[in-house]
Amino acid sequence: MKTKPVRQPSPAKAGFWHLRLYVAGQTPKSLTALSNLKQICESHLNGRYRIEVVDLAEQPRLSKGDQILAIPTLVRRLPPPMRKIIGDLSDTERVLVGLDLRPAD
Amino acid sequence: MPLKNHRPKPTAPAVRLPKCPTGIQGLDDLTSGGLPRGRPTLVCGGAGCGKTLLAAEFLVRGATQFGEPGVFMSFEETAAELNSNVASLGFDLTGLVRRKKIVVDYVYIERSEIQETGEYDLEGLFVRLNHAIDSIGAKRVVLDTLEALFAGLPNEAILRAELRRLFRWLKAKGVTAVITAERGREQLTRHGLEEYVSDCVILLDHRVHEQIATRHLRVVKYRGALHGTNEFPFLIGEDGISVSPITLLGLDHKVPTGRISTGIPRLDAMLGGRGFFRGSSILLTGTPGAGKTSVAACFAQAAARRGDRVLFFSFEESPSQIVRNMRSIGLRLESLVQRGSLRFHAARPTLCGLEMHLATMFKEIAAFRPAVVIVDPITSLLAAGTDHETKGMVTRLVDYLKVGQVTSLFSSLTHGGHALQQSETAMSSLMDSWLLLQDLEGNGERNRVLYVLKARGMAHSNQVREFLISDRGIDLVDAYIGPSGVLTGASRVAQASREAAEALAGEQDATRRTRESERRRTELEQQIAALRVEYQTEQGDLRRAAEQMSTRTRAKTAVRTELARLRQADANKSGAKSQR
Repeated sequence: MKTKPVRQPSPAKAGFWHLRLYVAGQTPKSLTALSNLKQICESHLNGRYRIEVVDLAEQPRLSKGDQILAIPTLVRRLPPPMRKIIGDLSDTERVLVGLDLRPAD
Repeated sequence: MPLKNHRPKPTAPAVRLPKCPTGIQGLDDLTSGGLPRGRPTLVCGGAGCGKTLLAAEFLVRGATQFGEPGVFMSFEETAAELNSNVASLGFDLTGLVRRKKIVVDYVYIERSEIQETGEYDLEGLFVRLNHAIDSIGAKRVVLDTLEALFAGLPNEAILRAELRRLFRWLKAKGVTAVITAERGREQLTRHGLEEYVSDCVILLDHRVHEQIATRHLRVVKYRGALHGTNEFPFLIGEDGISVSPITLLGLDHKVPTGRISTGIPRLDAMLGGRGFFRGSSILLTGTPGAGKTSVAACFAQAAARRGDRVLFFSFEESPSQIVRNMRSIGLRLESLVQRGSLRFHAARPTLCGLEMHLATMFKEIAAFRPAVVIVDPITSLLAAGTDHETKGMVTRLVDYLKVGQVTSLFSSLTHGGHALQQSETAMSSLMDSWLLLQDLEGNGERNRVLYVLKARGMAHSNQVREFLISDRGIDLVDAYIGPSGVLTGASRVAQASREAAEALAGEQDATRRTRESERRRTELEQQIAALRVEYQTEQGDLRRAAEQMSTRTRAKTAVRTELARLRQADANKSGAKSQR
């Protein structure tokens, strides 16, 4: 699985979200995480986001940059500050807290 | 086949665990070759024990000495911090990183930045480590300290499972790994990492005893290999860590047979006429003021004049003070210092811990390469450590010097009393020769005596000698042994004069007796002469009487013959009768 940015329409807005998901191969946990992430973004960000998937199994070098230890790790690149969420994102409530997304949008 | 073939082969190294030499001084001796190759080793200890430095040295030495590149994965210090820390040991980590011998990877974890949202694993760490290992073909890995993960990751169950996997993975990868961990309260490590690392566990410890700190190292566990189980002091010097395995010192050093003068002719005479053995160690015990430094300085001067290099460790006096004081007994040390054959090293015993002293001494010895080393006094140095430590230290020092065939003299201060020999037994067993300097008190004065308590391998005098320090140096005088013990000083002089007087009286007596007998002889001779004269007189009288008698008889005969002729008697008969 190469770096596969899943682009959504209408970026470059004020409240734009750049999310990067680190995985290592197509493991069940990674796949779960990606689908969970997509779902959350759809329901809470509504097109104001970009998801970038980094597969460390293919690009191990990239693990250093964001200090990745756990897989899967979701990194909120934008807006600042940077945040890290580890796990398969199955606990939606905690993901929202972690991403600073108020469910009441 | 015949029985011969059933004999086991003389060497069977096949089952031996392969070792990975650390290159750390002493540690490889301790573990008979190094850490288990291809397996993880746990190094645990409290804060400031030197865990990171030990791990770093393992990597650096591996890269520089054994051609094994290494990965340093740091969870605590950044690469820059690590570089500057190991630079203090003289390691050029930056250069090694540039030459692709070492990879330093700083792993940053901050719990407050991490939100946990379900199942995860540490594959990221594995990927990272794997990438680092493969990028330089690393054979060695350091994880310093993994326990930071416990602080950074909330789910301990996952973490433990992942750690177990990590160690398995490291083994499968075939790298020799050093994992550091904090010392725990009731177990070896705070988070029980020893549970996962079963091959080799090394415990570091930093203890302060009476304000002096010493580091210790102990191999707690080493599966499948012989190892020293004792605690060994180690130190972090300017060129890395050195562990000193005292009990592992062998007794197989070469011994020279040459002799070396003590600088005191009479003392040489006491030691079989030729002084100490070269390369032997000498203990000089004495009460305060007994003259230890003087004897040591004499020895030093003699050696330096002979052309030997002498290194004088002084822990009581400054070099200039020794030079000045020794001038008063006729020793000229300053010229020898200037010539470079005598070198002083003075330090306060309390300046640093014992290990540090030892390290400095080793370094001085290695730099100066002396033939003679004097430690004056070893006892004040001993105050810098506990009994056990100091014994260990002396053992190592003595051994180090012996291996280098350096003659060493240790002076040792003892307190007054009778336990002179007893108090030094721990040290004395290491020494080849033992001289004892003692103060004898009596008749209102103190005098010094010296005797040879032992001198291995040479005939030596058993006598107690009086030890005189004058402005011309040191001299030894036979002490008088009287009914009240050893006589020294004034008592010795008094005894000597008494004996001289007695001798004179005896001489006079003899002369008188000779004269007397002479006189008697003359007297007797005179008597004999008188008697002889008397006898001769008597003889003369007797002869004269006999002559008169015969004259008279002849006259009578003549008269009788005449008468007979006149009376016509028988001539023959009367003639015969008259002859009787």
